[in-house]
Amino acid sequence: MIDVQNLSYVVDGTEILHDVSTRLERGGITALIGPNGAGKSTLLHCISGLESPSCGSVRIDGLDPFTAPPRSRARAVALLQQSPALVSRLTVHELVSFGRWPHHQGRPTQADHDAVERALVAFALSDLADRSIATLSGGQRQRAFIAMTWAQETPWMLLDEPLNALDPRHARDLMARLHALSRDGARSIVIVLHDINAAAGWADHIVAMKDGRIVAQDASAALLTEDTLREVFDTPFELLEHRGRKVVVAR
Amino acid sequence: MAERRVLWLGLGLLLLAGAFLCWQIRAPYGFILELRAAKLGALVCVGAATGAATVLFQTVAGNRLLTPGLVGFDALFVLLQTLLVTALGGVGFAQIPSGLRFVMEVGAMGLGSVLLFGLLLRRDAKDITRMILTGIILGVLLRGASEMVQRLMDPSDFAVVQQAMFASFGAVDPGQLGVSAVVLLGALAVSLRLAPALDVCALGRGTARGLGLDHDRMVRIALLLMAAMVSVSTALVGPVTFLGLLTASLARHLTGTHRHAVLIPAAALLGALILVAGQFVFERLLGSASALAVIVEFFGGLAFLFLVLKRRPR
Repeated sequence: MIDVQNLSYVVDGTEILHDVSTRLERGGITALIGPNGAGKSTLLHCISGLESPSCGSVRIDGLDPFTAPPRSRARAVALLQQSPALVSRLTVHELVSFGRWPHHQGRPTQADHDAVERALVAFALSDLADRSIATLSGGQRQRAFIAMTWAQETPWMLLDEPLNALDPRHARDLMARLHALSRDGARSIVIVLHDINAAAGWADHIVAMKDGRIVAQDASAALLTEDTLREVFDTPFELLEHRGRKVVVAR
Repeated sequence: MAERRVLWLGLGLLLLAGAFLCWQIRAPYGFILELRAAKLGALVCVGAATGAATVLFQTVAGNRLLTPGLVGFDALFVLLQTLLVTALGGVGFAQIPSGLRFVMEVGAMGLGSVLLFGLLLRRDAKDITRMILTGIILGVLLRGASEMVQRLMDPSDFAVVQQAMFASFGAVDPGQLGVSAVVLLGALAVSLRLAPALDVCALGRGTARGLGLDHDRMVRIALLLMAAMVSVSTALVGPVTFLGLLTASLARHLTGTHRHAVLIPAAALLGALILVAGQFVFERLLGSASALAVIVEFFGGLAFLFLVLKRRPR
């Protein structure tokens, strides 16, 4: 369980997060949605321990990410940031192998090689394993970075807008994959999404944010109502039901 | 296979070193060998230090176009020399025992480079454009300061400074060389031990921290190693601006890897190889030794232009 208590984050006098408290239960996919500047990415970075909040506390299954040794932190929670830097001459296999760094610190064992293979298979990258990441398409590259985060084999995986710049096919493919991989309950995924329909279609839980606060938090089906969405996004939505799935349309 | 190329480089350097020592050697053998060995040692030390330091610098800075010289390091060296000569006078400067002067220079350069690189690699200096601009402006500032002091100084003192402003592999003190070699070998050994962590470092600060690497600490260590290597090499022969860039990019092309366990030795060997080969050709075959620094800078500069121009916009 991730336990966030009274988290505030202030930059140059601007309050990005305002006294945020929440609990994220283990298992499945939790989506963070909200308009631009709602503080979704900042909350994700604070939970990962990479951004220190102005005040408040975070516990990841009891671990304090701000005071824990970096290595323990990196074995409890993995974060994929938006548009990570590219290193030339790095193959997909080598990139994914970096996910094992918190476990072996430079001396990989057979268990690490196995974990890398599993991640490559899980994200359908086996055929691309020897390709340089600089030569991949945007969708493939994003998948490679997510596979690296996956290979970290942390109980919690945080993804900051992984669907950015992906076309519908790759976005759908990625969400379906994450959904399938998170069914066994061993991994919990927290994901920042811009596309409400991606959240409606694939997330188990949704946390809706606005102006640095959490406005609503519930199971997806319960949270997605026209009233809540209008409140969060300040714009009217229509909620349709299509083949048993909720579809959100801006009005 | 990348490792094998490093072996070939090492073999090439050995052969070249043998040729350098024994080419057309005449009596008195011992005396000439000693002279040549000192020169060879200096060339190898400077080349290796510059190559390895540049790879480290490029990794922590996250940019393939940077070299310590480009961000004002040589200007810092000239300023320090100028200040030393001004403070002690040209005669006083020449009178300091060479061992003491070397220690002073290394100390001053080490301190200066920690300050300079520290300023450039500060935590909030993630913006690469700003970093390069800061480095270049700092270089201009330091150069301006040197020139101002040089205008005020005695012409005979100025002649002393002028000599120190350009790299010269001519007369190298064996004692200094020994100290340099020890410092350099130590720095290289530490760098190689840190190679896997440097690989992670190269992924960028955000990703590296996400993987549990104490990135800021890593940058500080790399900074100290770099400072040690460039200060020793600069105090030994003088500033070489573009050699590092040439060797680092050549090492990356030749080995085709991102792994520092291969890149650092490859860059070190290449740096030594370029200098020894250059000196060999100029001194033994063409009979004009002084041109080496100029030629290395010329090709290094060309390599820099090539790298800038061929970079595809992302």
